[in-house]
Amino acid sequence: MSESNTIHLTLRVWRQPNAATPGRFETYEATNISTEMSFLEMLDVVNDQLALNGIEPIAFDHDCREGICGACGCVVNGQAHGHLKGTTLCQLHMRHFRDGDTLVIEPFRAKAFPIIKDLVVDRSAFDQIIQAGGYISVKTGSAPEASSILVPKKNADLAMDAAACIGCGACVAACPNSSAMLFVSAKINHLGQLPQGQPERYRRAIHMIEKMDELGFGNCSNHLECEAACPKEIQFVNIGRMNRDYIIAKLFHNEEAF
Amino acid sequence: MNLDSKVPSGHITTKWSNHRFEMKLVNPANKRKYQIIVVGTGLAGSSAAASLSELGYQVKVFTLHDTPRRAHSIAAQGGINAAKNYPNDGDSIWRLFYDTVKGGDYRAREANVYRLAEISNHIIDQCVAQGVPFAREYGGLLENRSFGGAQVSRTFYARGQTGQQLLLGAYSAMMKEIANGSVSLFTRRELVDIVVIDGKARGIVVRNLINGKFESYSAHAVLLCTGGYGNAYFLSTNAMNCNVSAAWAAYKRGAAFANPCFTQIHPTCIPVHGDYQSKLTLMSESLRNDGRVWVPRKQGDTRKPSEIPEDERYYFLEEKYPSFGNLVPRDVASRNAKEVCDKGLGVGTTKLAVYLDFSDAIKRLGKKVIEERYGNLFDMYEKITGVNPYEEPMMIYPAIHYTMGGIWVDYNLMSTLPGLFVLGEANFSDHGANRLGASALMQGLADGYFIIPYTIGHYFASNTFSKIDETHLAFSDAEKEIEQTIQRLMSIQGNRTVDDFHRQLGQIMWDYVGMSRNEKGLKYALEKIPEIRDEFWKNVKVTGVSNDFNQTLEKAKRVADFLDFAELLTLDALERRESCGGHFREESQTEEGEAKRDDENYSHVSVWEYNGPNLKPNFHKEPLIFEYVKPSQRSYK
Ligand SMILES: Cc1cc2nc3c(=O)[nH]c(=O)nc-3n(C[C@H](O)[C@H](O)[C@H](O)COP(=O)(O)OP(=O)(O)OC[C@H]3O[C@@H](n4cnc5c(N)ncnc54)[C@H](O)[C@@H]3O)c2cc1C
Ligand code: FES
Repeated sequence: MSESNTIHLTLRVWRQPNAATPGRFETYEATNISTEMSFLEMLDVVNDQLALNGIEPIAFDHDCREGICGACGCVVNGQAHGHLKGTTLCQLHMRHFRDGDTLVIEPFRAKAFPIIKDLVVDRSAFDQIIQAGGYISVKTGSAPEASSILVPKKNADLAMDAAACIGCGACVAACPNSSAMLFVSAKINHLGQLPQGQPERYRRAIHMIEKMDELGFGNCSNHLECEAACPKEIQFVNIGRMNRDYIIAKLFHNEEAF
Repeated sequence: MNLDSKVPSGHITTKWSNHRFEMKLVNPANKRKYQIIVVGTGLAGSSAAASLSELGYQVKVFTLHDTPRRAHSIAAQGGINAAKNYPNDGDSIWRLFYDTVKGGDYRAREANVYRLAEISNHIIDQCVAQGVPFAREYGGLLENRSFGGAQVSRTFYARGQTGQQLLLGAYSAMMKEIANGSVSLFTRRELVDIVVIDGKARGIVVRNLINGKFESYSAHAVLLCTGGYGNAYFLSTNAMNCNVSAAWAAYKRGAAFANPCFTQIHPTCIPVHGDYQSKLTLMSESLRNDGRVWVPRKQGDTRKPSEIPEDERYYFLEEKYPSFGNLVPRDVASRNAKEVCDKGLGVGTTKLAVYLDFSDAIKRLGKKVIEERYGNLFDMYEKITGVNPYEEPMMIYPAIHYTMGGIWVDYNLMSTLPGLFVLGEANFSDHGANRLGASALMQGLADGYFIIPYTIGHYFASNTFSKIDETHLAFSDAEKEIEQTIQRLMSIQGNRTVDDFHRQLGQIMWDYVGMSRNEKGLKYALEKIPEIRDEFWKNVKVTGVSNDFNQTLEKAKRVADFLDFAELLTLDALERRESCGGHFREESQTEEGEAKRDDENYSHVSVWEYNGPNLKPNFHKEPLIFEYVKPSQRSYK
C-alpha cells in the first residue's frame, strides 16, 4: 500500500427528498479521512456520522465498488465521477484530494435522468434505448457452433473496446446538451464490429437513435465532454461511426428498419 | 421431509437426454397462459427470463437494482469454462465433469455436474451468437486460457470483464423480449416474501425501493435467481447489495437450505487496509497463470521485495505442489497463504498478505503481453493501492468470495417448496464443497438458458393450478407481516448504525467460521451471534421513514436476515466434522496439514428445514453416491 495520511474536507452536498420537492446544498465536514479510502468509503464515514446525529444519510447509488457495475456516479466539483481520468467514483481514492479541499457533490443532471433522491437519479431511459434494438436477435438454442463464426482479432478488440461501457450515464451528465450519443454509439459499434451484428446493423441504428431522441436526450455538438468524463474511456470516434451507420441506414436501408 | 433428488435413471451420459424426452411438454398455444416470476437479473435470472419468454410464457422480472445490468454477475472477471477442447489439449465433457466433481471434493451430485459439463459447449455457442466479444486469436478463432484446478485450457474470456460481457448478452436477450411485450420488468423492487397457496409458491411480495410501498404479484411459478450470501461476512468480494434475504424468505416458507457452511475463500484479493473498509476487491485468479506467489523465508524481513534474493524467497505453492504449482484450487491456495502468514512470514503493514509477483513473466513475455492479458486488473490494483504492479509485486490475501451452499434443489432445479425453482449461485449448486474458477458463470447460464426452459414445462404440465390473483388473502397477510417487521426496525431508534452491527457479525464469522474452523470456535460463534442479534433489535438506529427511498432501512432488513442466517451457517459448519473443499475443520487433517475428508460419515448434502422462529431447524441428509468418479483424497502435489 502507498503511504497513508489523514485529511479534512468540507462537503457541499445536494440534498433533495424526492423529484417533486426542490433540493439545496447542505454543508458537512468530513474529518479524519484516510487517503486510502475510496470516495464512497468517505461518504460512508460521513453518513455514519450523520445517522448518529439523527440526520438522514446522503442517498447515493452504488454496488460493486470495483468500477464495473455502473451504479455509482455523481458530479464532484463540476466533473462527472470527479477529476481523475478514466475512473468511476467508487475507484476514486482520497489520495487524489488535498487536506482542506471543499468538494461540491451533486447528482448527474439531465432531463432524461429525473432525480429520485439526493444523488440518486433514474437512468432507466438507457434500458429503453437498449430495448429499441441494442441486441442481436438470436433465440436460445438456435446458435451455430461458436467456431463457425470467425471474427478478426482487430474487430473483436474494437468490439470489446466499445462493449466496455458500464452504462453509468456520466457521458450524459457531462454533455452540455445532455446527449446520450456516446452510450448509444458504444452499443451500436460493439455489435456493428462483429459479423453476428451485421443483419440488424442498420435497423438497430435507426431504432436506437430515434428512441434516444424521443426520450429527451439532446444532440451532439462536438464538445467531447462525454469522452473526457467516461470512466471506461469509450472513444468519441464511436459517435462518428454511428452517424455513418445512421446516414447509410436512412439513405439505403430505411425500408428494412420497420 | 422428502428429499427426492429426481435424478433420472440410466447411464450418466444419457440421463439428461432421456429426461428431456420423458418430461411432459406444454402445448405452444397454452404457454402464454402460464405466468412466471423471475427474481434477480444476474446471469441466471436474465438468461432464464429471456429463454422462457422466447418459448411463449408470460414473464415478470424483478431486481433490486435500477437496471438489470447491474446484477453482481457483472463483476466476474476471469472467464467461463466449456469443454470445447479447441486447444486440442485433451479436454472433453468427461474431463470437465471429472474435474468439477473432484474440485468440489466429492460433495456434489454427479448427475447434475455431468449435465453441466454437457451443456457447457452450447453456452459458448449461444453467447457468441449474441455478440459477446470473447478474446480471439489472429485467425479469428476463439482463444482459451487455463484456470485454477485444471490442467487444460478451457476458459473463454473477454479481457478481464467476462461477467460483464456475458451479462450484457443475457440482458440484451431479455431486453429484446421486453420489447416484444412478453417480459415485464420491475426494477428497484426487493423481494420480501414468497407467497404459498395450496402448498405451492404462487407469488411474491416486494418492497418498492423508491416509495417504500409493498406490492404483490401472483404467478404459476417463482424462480429465485438472487445470487450468493457472501456478505454474511461483511467484508467479501461481493457487491454491496448482495444478500441472503430472498433465500431466507424462501427458507422460512418451506424451501430447505443445503450446505450453508460451504463458502469459498478466494486466494487473490487486495488485503484489508482499514476499519472503514467497505468491501474487498478480487484480483482475478487468472493472474496466477503468470504471477508467482511467495513470501520471504525469514520472519520479519522488512526489505523491499526486489532486494530479497531468489534463494531467500519461499515460493510456497510451487514447492509444496510441484504439479499444479501456483494453479492449485482456491481452497488450497487460500489456506496456504493463511498458514505462511500465521507463521509470521506475511508481508505489508498488517503482515496479512503475500506477494504475487509478475517480474519473471514480464521478463519472459515482455510487458506488452502482460498488459494485454491483465491490463485492466493491473490498472485496478494501482488505482486502489497506489502501487504499480509492473514494478512491484502485488500484495494479496484471501477473502470470502462465493457461496456453494444455497437453497436445496432437485435435478429439475425445484426446491422443497413446489413451484419455487432456484437458479445460479442461490441454489446449492453443482460445485460441492469448492467451486472451480470460471464455473459459476457456466452454471448460472446453464440453469437459465438450457435447464429451466425444459423442467418448468414439465412442472406446469404435471400440476393443476387453482385460479388465484393478488387479491388472495395470503398476499395481504404476507404484506401485513413484513410491514410489522419494518415498523419494528424503524421504532428502535438506538445508538448504533446498521454497518456497525454488520461489521461486528462479519468479524465473528471471519474469525471463527472462516478459512479454518474448529469446534470450540464454532460454539463460541453460536453464542456470540444471538447476542449481536439481540442487541441489534434493541439498539440499531434506522433513520428516515419507511414509506420512502431509504437505503438505511434496506440495509437494516438485510443485516437482520444475515444475523438469523449466520447461525444456520455456523450450525452447519459445526455439524460437518470433516474437512472438505472450502470447509476446513482443524480436527480433520492429514499429517501434512491437508484437508481430510470423511466419506464414511459425511458423503451427503446437509439439508436444513425451518422449524419456526428461535427453534433449532430439522436436519436431513441427501446421500451422495459416486458411481462414475471414485472419490480419492484430492492431491495437487
Ligand atoms: C468479483 C467476482 C468475480 C467473479 N469472477 C468469476 C469468474 O471469473 N468466473 C466465474 O465463473 N464466476 C465468477 N464469479 C462468481 C459469479 O460471478 C457469480 O457466482 C454469478 O455471477 C452469480 O450469478 P447469479 O445470476 O446467480 O446472481 P447475481 O449476478 O448475483 O444476481 C443476483 C440478482 O438478484 C437480485 N436480487 C438479489 N436479492 C434480491 C432481493 N432480495 N430482491 C430482489 N432482487 C434481488 C439482484 O438485483 C441481481 O439482479 C465471480 C464473483 C465475484 C464476486
Ligand atoms: S459502484 Fe459499481 S461502478 Fe462504482
